[in-house]
Amino acid sequence: MRRAAVLGTGQTQHRSRRTDVSMAGLCREAIDRALTDSDTDWSQIDAVVLGKAPDLFEGVMMPELFLADAIGAAGKPLLRVHTAGSVGGATALVATSLIRAGVHRRVLAVAFEKQSESNAMWALSIQPPFSAPIGAGAGGYFAPHIRSYIRRFGVPEHVGALVAVKDRRNGALNPYAHLRQPDITPESVRSSPMLWDPIRYDETCPSSDGACAVVIGDQAAAESSSDQVAWIRATAMRTEPTSYSGKDHVNPRAGALAARALWAAAGISDPLDEVDVAEIYVPFSWFEPMWLENLGFTGPGQGWKLTEAGETGIGGRLPVNPSGGVLCSNPIGASGLLRFAEAAMQVMGRAGAHQVAGAGTALGHAYGGGSQFFSMWVVGKQP
Amino acid sequence: MTIAFDYTRSLGPVLGRFMAGLRDRRVLGARTSDGRVHVPPLEFDPVTHKPVTDLVEVSGAGTVVSWTWSPHPLEGQPLDRPFGWALIRLDGADTTMIHAVDAGAETRMRTGMRVRARWAADRTGHIRDLACFEPAGSSVGSSAGSSAGSAVGSSAGEAAGEPVRIMVTPIRLHYRHTTSDEEDHYLRALADGRLIGQRCPACRKVYVPPRVCPADGVAPGEVVAVSDRGTVTTFCVVNVPFAGQRLDPPYVVAQVLLDGADIPVPHLILGLDAAQVRMGMRVAAVWRDRAQWSATPENIAHFEPTGEPDAGYESYAEHL
Repeated sequence: MRRAAVLGTGQTQHRSRRTDVSMAGLCREAIDRALTDSDTDWSQIDAVVLGKAPDLFEGVMMPELFLADAIGAAGKPLLRVHTAGSVGGATALVATSLIRAGVHRRVLAVAFEKQSESNAMWALSIQPPFSAPIGAGAGGYFAPHIRSYIRRFGVPEHVGALVAVKDRRNGALNPYAHLRQPDITPESVRSSPMLWDPIRYDETCPSSDGACAVVIGDQAAAESSSDQVAWIRATAMRTEPTSYSGKDHVNPRAGALAARALWAAAGISDPLDEVDVAEIYVPFSWFEPMWLENLGFTGPGQGWKLTEAGETGIGGRLPVNPSGGVLCSNPIGASGLLRFAEAAMQVMGRAGAHQVAGAGTALGHAYGGGSQFFSMWVVGKQP
Repeated sequence: MTIAFDYTRSLGPVLGRFMAGLRDRRVLGARTSDGRVHVPPLEFDPVTHKPVTDLVEVSGAGTVVSWTWSPHPLEGQPLDRPFGWALIRLDGADTTMIHAVDAGAETRMRTGMRVRARWAADRTGHIRDLACFEPAGSSVGSSAGSSAGSAVGSSAGEAAGEPVRIMVTPIRLHYRHTTSDEEDHYLRALADGRLIGQRCPACRKVYVPPRVCPADGVAPGEVVAVSDRGTVTTFCVVNVPFAGQRLDPPYVVAQVLLDGADIPVPHLILGLDAAQVRMGMRVAAVWRDRAQWSATPENIAHFEPTGEPDAGYESYAEHL
């Protein structure tokens, strides 16, 4: 297969309300940084791929129409990608496919969400006619599955708080992060309000405005770069129904199948041993141990032990979300691409204060819908 | 059903000045590197990709370049009586903008006709400040615009007052929902106080409500009566208020595996303290007064504990 690599990344300052910029301006903040970081000129971009979560979040049908000019797609192919919360990851993978197919030499992938234009909780809680009048909100959808995880493996109740503390402290090292809480403690997390039992306030992702962009190039483009690039060693995307009889929400089949395919394509036999850092889509703290198991870093019921032992902190055996992750910044449409970009930044050695020393192989991961869409990639210093 | 929300638009530096201009009955365009003036303004130059900074004022009067007639205006459009949809090039602009022309009759519309802006009486720095256009020959005195193409450069923003930061754009969507055959059977049974599921002919699982099997993709077969009693598989306690919520927190939303079904349904558990709800708890539907029944799942108000011993974990472990 043809090789592809991340040449550069860019992201916005993520905030709860970026009222200083329009949607176009928000995207351009990330794009302009990605072009600078990749030392790429607009004329070198062959195609643009735009990702965004449901249009109801901003109330703009098909934003790619009015954004086409501003994101530099005039006169070029433009594709819109939408796979709910995983869309940022899917956007990167579509761009990668365009390179690997030999169609283009450099592709710009950009994803955004301007949550402050509306209310995502409202948009996600609209129920069709003839449904029972039961709304639980976004966290209410996932809280029962977290309860199932805790019950299935008898997980100690404090593990969720440990993830929240780690990620928020990591976010304090990331200048772009929305939430930066260097002084957070397990005690303060556990005394924060219980929103959707068993999910506490401090264990929940924020609502953010933000965007992320990456420039992906072919082998020639990568080899002409004067800086370290992030070689895309493997990609995987899998889907399953939102709900069906016997669906395992704790360890979804699509996620496990995607991970298996990913490690095989990357030639990785022991992910825990061979991956140096992982950016995993964790919108509620408990999803860290759940996804560690789903991704095959550990066996079922073992993920929380890695977390509890502190092995997912920077300096641990597998640092997870050194950027602070979704728990610190959650511009939904961009959240997946941020995971992919942060993984690339680690192997390019451009992660600044949250750089994991010697990171040579990194995972970027995203999921979306009712644990329905999974997308992931492995990037490395070497092809 | 109707979905409605008052969305906001963060306008940024260019559109913020454009809206501020409208408030003062002035139309600003964006001059790009090739010398063209775009109305409405572009935020980024399509040739150089640089942010647009050069805003110039154009006339509030212009020429209809093309048009169509809208005999039946829709909710949310600029006028509630028949009007012309026109592409209008304002004097001083190089591009056209689409807007409504209050021409009164289709016979009064023609390509090349001169029109001028009609401003809203109450202007707030919103796209609606420009209410519509009207034929320039009408008797109302010349009201809009100043000299065409006068360059006001970066001073346009100050001349037009502070740029507008945010604009509110209410959106309303009306839907008519058509039930599927499976939904139809299910709702009619509910009107009789019965719960039914349907069995997938491939995997043999009973789905409640009945639906095309999400795993096998085939239409459901045999209709199966299911109990209005079941087991709480898992649940959450909702303590947080949120937009669109229909109940006052705290309340328990549980997955209830009805006896005879192979997939749980979400429902409320009431009749006990939220802290006492547990996985495996046996519950039964509490139906509303029969006089209130109709073809809706709302016939069941909530579920309450039956007092039976809890179901064993193994009995529902596959349905979490």
